[in-house]
Amino acid sequence: MTQTEFLNIVMPFKDKVFRLAKRLLVSTEEAEDATQEVLLKLWNNKAKIKEYKNVEAFSMTMTKNFCFDKLKSKQAQNLKIVHSNYEEKNTPLQKQVELNDSVNWVGKIIEELPEQQRMIIQLRDIEEYDLDEIAKMLDMKNTAVRVALSRARKTIREKLTNTHNYGIK
Amino acid sequence: MVLNNIEKLLEKYENGETTLKEEQQLKNYFSQETVAPHLEMYKPMFNYFLVNKQEQFTKDVPLKTKRIFNYKWISVAAVAVLMLGFYFNNSIITDDCNELGTYCEPEQALEEVTKQLAMISNHFNKGTQAVGYLKEVDKGTAALGYLNEVENTTSIIFKK
Repeated sequence: MTQTEFLNIVMPFKDKVFRLAKRLLVSTEEAEDATQEVLLKLWNNKAKIKEYKNVEAFSMTMTKNFCFDKLKSKQAQNLKIVHSNYEEKNTPLQKQVELNDSVNWVGKIIEELPEQQRMIIQLRDIEEYDLDEIAKMLDMKNTAVRVALSRARKTIREKLTNTHNYGIK
Repeated sequence: MVLNNIEKLLEKYENGETTLKEEQQLKNYFSQETVAPHLEMYKPMFNYFLVNKQEQFTKDVPLKTKRIFNYKWISVAAVAVLMLGFYFNNSIITDDCNELGTYCEPEQALEEVTKQLAMISNHFNKGTQAVGYLKEVDKGTAALGYLNEVENTTSIIFKK
């Protein structure tokens, strides 16, 4: 398999891998490293790639496992991933800031969810995968995915309603 | 889109029962400028999903083709080394023979060989003289032959 062939396979979902990694690891740099690592692993096993039924789902599972390993090792070292994703705001409009703020707030709420729910929200609401696909990727039952998804969505909505109504953070 | 419909979809959404298509409808609705005031809190959520979907992985992945060392080439190299070795070996011998202790002239070589052979035969004769004593040993063994007879008799005695 040549590089271009490999890239053609990988290109469509590399961003998804990155976003899932970021959802779990929070920091952009860590997520970039994780994505790189996952893609390299795929590349090194490129001989087997044709045997996989669904390379994309396989990669997502790989990403999940890799990120969990990473989180585990960080916990063992008693280190917390410090994330500082600075963003420049080049449109300092009041409205823009307000919107950005509440959008960022959603991100924070999602960050507080348990890892599993975070992953499911990421895969379903952002990447728009089928429930069956998610169940396969995460090695869960379809119904379990649905329950977790519903719980996560309810939590987000509740917290958002609170912020919206009282303006507390 | 009817507001009623959206509310129904939201309820289904929270129970995780919406299809991807219905969720797309919700996303479309909440990406509008204005939404119903009592549903405003959903807006950042769906916006967040849409914004996050656009994030991309920009880092390059260093894809290196793994080089598998081909052991076949080792045999080729070995053969080449051997061939070179034989080639140089032959050339050295033919180039100058004195260095290896051989003679270039056949007459000289014959002379030397006869000398050496004469010396060897001299020493050999000395050796045979020394071996002459072995005959005495033979005699001794013949004398020992009598012992066998003794053994025969003793064995007869013990059988009985």
